[in-house]
Amino acid sequence: MSKSYTPGLKILEKTSIDKDRILPLKGKVHVEEGTMVDANKIVASTEIPGNVQMVNIANELNIDPDQVSDCMLCEVDEQIKKGQVIARSKGLFGFFKSEVNSPLDGTIGNISDVTGQVIISEKPFPIEVDAYIPGKISDIFKKEGVLVSSYGMLIQGIIGIGGEKKGYIKSIDSLDIDKSDNLQDKIIIIKSTLTYDFYKKINALDAKGIVCGGIDYSTLTKILKKPLGVAITGMEDTTTIIVTEGFGQIEMANRTYELLNKKDGQFASINGATQIRAGVMRPEIFIGSDTDEQSVESFNEDSLAISTKSTVRIIREPFFGKIGKVTNLPSELVKINTETTSRVAEIEFEDGSKEIIPRANLEVILSH
Amino acid sequence: MNKIPENINVILATDCGSTTTKSILIENIDGEYRLTYRGEAPTTVEAPFEDVTRGVLNAIMELEELSDRKILDGEKFINTSKKDANGIDLYISTSSAGGGLQMMVAGVVKNMTGESAQRAALGAGSIVMDIIASNDGRKYHEKVKRIRELRPDMVLLSGGVDGGTKSHVVELAEILSAANPKPRLGNDYKLPIIYAGNKEARKEINKTLVDKTDLKMVDNIRPTLEVENLQPSRDKIHDLFMEHVMAQAPGYDKLTNWTDCPIMPTPGAVGEIIKRIARKESISVVGVDIGGATTDVFSVFDNKFNRTVSANYGMSYSICNVLADAGVDNVSRWLSHEIDESDLTNRIANKMIRPTTIPQTLEELIIEQAIAREALRLSFDQHKKFAVSLKGVQQERTISDTFDQTMTGETLVNMKDLDMIVGSGGVLSHAPRREQACKMLIDSFLPEGVTQLAVDSIFMMPQLGVLASVYEKAAIEVFNKDCLIRLGTCIAPSGLDELGASIMDYSFKINGKEINGELKYGEIILIDTDFSSCKAQFSMKNDFELNGKKEFSGDIYGGEVGIILDGRGRPFNFKLDTKDRKKLINAWSQSVNEYPILEI
Repeated sequence: MSKSYTPGLKILEKTSIDKDRILPLKGKVHVEEGTMVDANKIVASTEIPGNVQMVNIANELNIDPDQVSDCMLCEVDEQIKKGQVIARSKGLFGFFKSEVNSPLDGTIGNISDVTGQVIISEKPFPIEVDAYIPGKISDIFKKEGVLVSSYGMLIQGIIGIGGEKKGYIKSIDSLDIDKSDNLQDKIIIIKSTLTYDFYKKINALDAKGIVCGGIDYSTLTKILKKPLGVAITGMEDTTTIIVTEGFGQIEMANRTYELLNKKDGQFASINGATQIRAGVMRPEIFIGSDTDEQSVESFNEDSLAISTKSTVRIIREPFFGKIGKVTNLPSELVKINTETTSRVAEIEFEDGSKEIIPRANLEVILSH
Repeated sequence: MNKIPENINVILATDCGSTTTKSILIENIDGEYRLTYRGEAPTTVEAPFEDVTRGVLNAIMELEELSDRKILDGEKFINTSKKDANGIDLYISTSSAGGGLQMMVAGVVKNMTGESAQRAALGAGSIVMDIIASNDGRKYHEKVKRIRELRPDMVLLSGGVDGGTKSHVVELAEILSAANPKPRLGNDYKLPIIYAGNKEARKEINKTLVDKTDLKMVDNIRPTLEVENLQPSRDKIHDLFMEHVMAQAPGYDKLTNWTDCPIMPTPGAVGEIIKRIARKESISVVGVDIGGATTDVFSVFDNKFNRTVSANYGMSYSICNVLADAGVDNVSRWLSHEIDESDLTNRIANKMIRPTTIPQTLEELIIEQAIAREALRLSFDQHKKFAVSLKGVQQERTISDTFDQTMTGETLVNMKDLDMIVGSGGVLSHAPRREQACKMLIDSFLPEGVTQLAVDSIFMMPQLGVLASVYEKAAIEVFNKDCLIRLGTCIAPSGLDELGASIMDYSFKINGKEINGELKYGEIILIDTDFSSCKAQFSMKNDFELNGKKEFSGDIYGGEVGIILDGRGRPFNFKLDTKDRKKLINAWSQSVNEYPILEI
């Protein structure tokens, strides 16, 4: 039987998930292999070097750069306090000495006899990495982080903004939000397209995130206060948003909405970070469960293949968003309306109508 | 394997891209090198495979199936033999997988040594993430923060002429030292830094950086203000690319052992082939490779090679950046059908998030080609601003130069001197009609005078670039016969007039037949003739000129599209609110037979 591999978003009710929790620089791991952790547990931490300031000692003391070392009262790697005298000129016959005080608390990083400058590093910043999802520490990467393994529901969106957040699922039917609603620890699920007005209301109520079917590119531009040029997101300082279907007026697929609705009130971890290039990263919603390994339905490479009877979503105009079943996968290339020859599939939609669609414009629906 | 050029009959070449690994087979057929087969497979740099050679082997296996030639015995290459038609004589490869080569450059004065360092890095095939300069307006801690955030693969540090002031370039070294950047790939190796500045400052640079970085010294990139010496830096970048970046990428140690010459960064290899073509044919060339994420532009004018990479102009991953920078009006001006702005932007944004989709309708194809025009235009604008003569050079002026206001830092890209434009990348190479590729190149590059147009048939310029470094004859033969699709020649007079005004008389002698006519302002005429020379004569009217002259007489080449007489004038002034815009778009399109129908 003819098969074709297409990209697919995971919409999985019961699955296993592994998450690397890695520090940006080497540091300390705080948990042991086999430990059960909750999502907020700090699993690793490190310090990243603090800001640096340069002080031009030669200028301050009115001396040549090659005289700076002789005038320094502290050495490289020495810790200094704000206001501490760090350099003093020799003066004239021991008089008229000038001094330089440190502008900050820090450590001497470098003393240059070419530029006459001294580099002072501020205190390092602590960085902590939490577990993000509840689960078991299944591996330790020495000084770098851990692997957290868990079971539960995983839903991937097509694009998102905003970083990792945790909260409780709250499905909303109506877009009328009462200002008195307490949404502070909630992740709001709406089936329809996210409007800017609705986003503003949710944002004002400090919700953790919004999961929606579609969003207009212009709405996203308003939220970000600039157009999204390149599909690398996750660093935005906004309510995290996860879009499941794409840009435009488009509703969330029924199955995705039903699955999320079933988990109303449950704790979830979400991440809007998206990267569409090598090393594709899609935004995600993970809701942990007590599912054990036996009841997880595994995926293999064949799950990513479309074959006749596969359920697929059309991901480009003119049938964008429609869901249908593959009825035929002709092996020969077919000339489509643009005059390009392409590998195609015959799709039967729910109303019984059939269309020929390029295989590149199909997305297999990975779900159980 | 036998590497004496004359004994090379079968050549295997691969290009490991970010998403796809392409393989080609070149064979000596009756004394002439020709492309015979092409295969491809997904690149396997990422998990779960994390070994680039898996994708390479898959792409080669596809070649084996297509060609019926056995190339591999397990994971080893079979040498050719006279007994059967198996094996290969030479294996070469390029790579841009894993994001290619990402560099940061530093120079004392941003538009002098900073720009020279940027030219060296770009010419070697890298993406320049940022230029740190003493005069870039940023505070020390901001520079340090930026260097730490970027985590480049390597840094090129330049500054100062030989024997000049040392303190500024040493200060840059101190900033680098304070930042103590970690390389992007591999946690445990030191960041390579190439020092190509004032040679008198080497001792101080060494003292500042040697403990924290893998410091290499090369000749000054700007030994005097009047001289730019890029090659030593470029050579060192290539060496370090192999030693560090490639060594850190999964599977590359294995691939490096397989190839018969060093793996080159893909854009570096494309630059090589463009340079060679320009040199061999003594012409000025502009080459463009428009990809999903980036658009590379190459040019050779007056034997000076320049490359720019517009890192955020592409047709999928960064398509919305083209929309943001060009503006909706500039994209819409190329559309002859009505489309709501919100619908247009949503469609473009959907291409960004689902980059592998293809246009299924003519309307979608036209929108995609409209945005391609803008991506090419913006990238070429960036290139023109970068490909300039050396800045800061003292110029001797005589009394005769008094009225000649040419300055240092002027663009080298003179459209009237341009002989050929070569297009490459999916939207150009795979356009359903060659007329579409031809029209996209003309609309975005706006050639002036007489300019030949060509496209890379299947994007094999990278492989041919490496091949040229080992065996130029084979590379040039394949380039001319199988790679380059000659589209034709664009004749574009310069000047402005009223629509319909007569601007040029033309006459061609094609296969013994005379074709005469008159070109009117605002129209495009296509003369159907293949890639062979024909005698042509042009007489300009009113204030129009062709390459600065009123009369032209000489040989012109046709091509798969033909000879395009572009009467739209230069400078080309075409906006969304241009009178009768839709009518003009349709007329231009029909004149070159661009689309099957225009009723959408």
